[in-house]
Amino acid sequence: MISEESKVRFAQEVAKYPVDQKQSAVMACLAIVQQESGYVSAESEVLVAEFLGMAPMAVHEVTTFYNMYNQQPVGKYKLNVCTNLPCQLRDGGKALKHLEHKLDIKMGETTPDGMFTLQQCECLGACADSPVLLVNDQTMCSFMSDDKLDQLVDGLRAVGDK
Amino acid sequence: MLAEQVLSQFEATGVQTCFHGRHINPQIYADLNGSNWHLKDYESRGGYQALRKILAKNSGVTADDVTASGMTPDQVIAVVKESGLRGRGGAGFPTGLKWSFMPRQYAGQKYLVCNSDEGEPGTCKDREILQFNPHMVIEGMIIAAYAMGIAVGYNYIHGEIFKTYLRFEEAIEEARAAGLLGNNILGSDFSFQLHAAHGYGAYICGEETSLLESLEGKKGQPRYKPPFPASFGLYGKPTTINNTETFAAVPWIIRNGGQAYLACGKPNSGGTKIFSISGDVELPGNYEVPMGTPFSQLLELAGGVRSGRQLKAVIPGGSSSPVLPGSIMMDCTMDYDSIAKAGSMLGSGAVIVLDDSRCMVKSLQRLSYFYMHESCGQCTPCREGTGWLSRVVDRIENGHGHVTDLDLLDNVAENIMGRTICALGDAAAMPVRAMIKHFRPEFEYHVEHKTCMVPLYV
Ligand SMILES: NC(=O)C1=CN([C@@H]2O[C@H](COP(=O)(O)OP(=O)(O)OC[C@H]3O[C@@H](n4cnc5c(N)ncnc54)[C@H](O)[C@@H]3O)[C@@H](O)[C@H]2O)C=CC1
Ligand SMILES: Cc1cc2nc3c(=O)[nH]c(=O)nc-3n(C[C@H](O)[C@H](O)[C@H](O)COP(=O)(O)O)c2cc1C
Ligand code: SF4
Ligand code: FES
Repeated sequence: MISEESKVRFAQEVAKYPVDQKQSAVMACLAIVQQESGYVSAESEVLVAEFLGMAPMAVHEVTTFYNMYNQQPVGKYKLNVCTNLPCQLRDGGKALKHLEHKLDIKMGETTPDGMFTLQQCECLGACADSPVLLVNDQTMCSFMSDDKLDQLVDGLRAVGDK
Repeated sequence: MLAEQVLSQFEATGVQTCFHGRHINPQIYADLNGSNWHLKDYESRGGYQALRKILAKNSGVTADDVTASGMTPDQVIAVVKESGLRGRGGAGFPTGLKWSFMPRQYAGQKYLVCNSDEGEPGTCKDREILQFNPHMVIEGMIIAAYAMGIAVGYNYIHGEIFKTYLRFEEAIEEARAAGLLGNNILGSDFSFQLHAAHGYGAYICGEETSLLESLEGKKGQPRYKPPFPASFGLYGKPTTINNTETFAAVPWIIRNGGQAYLACGKPNSGGTKIFSISGDVELPGNYEVPMGTPFSQLLELAGGVRSGRQLKAVIPGGSSSPVLPGSIMMDCTMDYDSIAKAGSMLGSGAVIVLDDSRCMVKSLQRLSYFYMHESCGQCTPCREGTGWLSRVVDRIENGHGHVTDLDLLDNVAENIMGRTICALGDAAAMPVRAMIKHFRPEFEYHVEHKTCMVPLYV
């Protein structure tokens, strides 16, 4: 299912491109789907394909090529910690370890309560802010010392399902 | 409290990395404070004056004689050529020359694209330009479109900086509402439509032809060059692509003249440049300084090497540029020629600093993994070669290296270079060769002793 609200957003994206190039909006549409549903399912790929007049396989190629699309459901909060060299030099790797310990999961896993998924990622383009992490593909958290990581996790847990 | 509120406490303000007051003669980052990014703020800093000058639409704010007659597209290109502005995306191609390649009389649609897919490890300047001064990029793009007779443009923004993408969309709306974008800009007969697009996590989409594929709604695999985008670009149409910082430099050039811009820097390296300094310095951040500023001075601006340690090595132009020992770097100035002469490249201006506690094998290990991970896989030397490099560096780091591994690495790197469709292959190979060239004893020590020569790495 794709909500009517999302379809309005799809149309706004499509309007950016020439009429015979609707496919150009696929990246944005898939991102909208992910914001709404948490991940890009095979069914939503088909719906996006229909909307844009593409072959479902062409949509699937896009989903699988770009690292930020979730091909499976993830936790309520997806935490992506940059561990590339500039970040590694400023405790990026340590931040990942700290979260593994705090959440009691390994990178790539989701906590049993479905709250957090922890991933390492490549350069976020915020290297001077290290340690940095991206939450749910949208919010960049900067200068994440161990203390702040604890505050972040505890804060999100306290908010709970609200 | 809502989750949004929890998260917002941790968002960067730019105070440490951009509004630190330690730029030298800044043009792009001048007078920013984080909240003055709106149209009215930009205009109060002289924004959109360059556009008004070109279109001969004096705002009435300044009494500038030149605005009476405006500028022709050829005049605009001539000024950009005179300025010595070179592409800030990494390759340093002369911008005015690139603009002059666009077919003038082409009958169909032409496109203008801004490359904001900044993903080169160490590079974080475009994000702060877009976040804190988006209208400067918009004005630069409008001027470029005017100079090349282009009616439609896109800014392709790194998916990871999604909030910056949303801000850029907001800035476009402001400009549109003020008649600065869209049909008949400022009442002239020039029209230009600008849209924002975003990536979603693929480093390779920073490569210009890969970016175009992505904008067309496909997986981002680079195309063969030539043909260059100037003749076969977006939807097969003539297209000019420039980096965010390149466009941001343009309004200042038009307002102050090409000579003035050139004079800010050095011959062959005009203007100011934003250097992103990361790694082992006291104050990592972006520093906008004139081209040709001594590296030692730049390092000082960034507070020097962290905790008073010794400078060991510097990767001067993003992770793809060859590493240089600190001693060589201390004799360099920050411009295209000086860094090239020292055996590396200025690239995107991302200066990664390593102090004497760093093991070079371990440092290279993370970079080699990155290139393997980001290879798009369409050419065999890159797809297979980056995997080889990563695995061999990995086993050296983990104490399973062989004596022959250093030659093997060199051989694999050699076999990638110059044999691939895009420059990612070279970008993976060059750092490996430079690391071994300058720090061979560390690699040999690792193979022999199965451990680091420099054990302090945190
Ligand atoms: N900013 C970043 O995040 C990153 C930057 N880079 C940089 O990218 C650089 C490589 O970029 P490329 O685009 O492969 O370099 P390139 O040398 O092929 O092209 C540079 C620019 O000049 C244009 N051009 C060159 N020759 C031309 C001709 N004869 N006719 C028309 N146009 C021409 C190209 O279209 C392109 O826009 C590397 O040096 C690296 O430093 C690499 C990775 C990331
Ligand atoms: C693997 C790879 C990644 C690149 N990433 C970027 C990038 O993120 N931003 C950018 O402006 N240029 C990047 N480039 C360079 C572009 O291909 C192109 O040269 C540049 O956008 C042209 O703009 P300029 O002339 O203003 O520098 C990359 C090149 C390669 C080979
Ligand atoms: S060099 Fe690598 S990244 Fe570039 S086109 Fe070939 S396989 Fe893809
Ligand atoms: S290396 Fe981590 S954000 Fe760039």
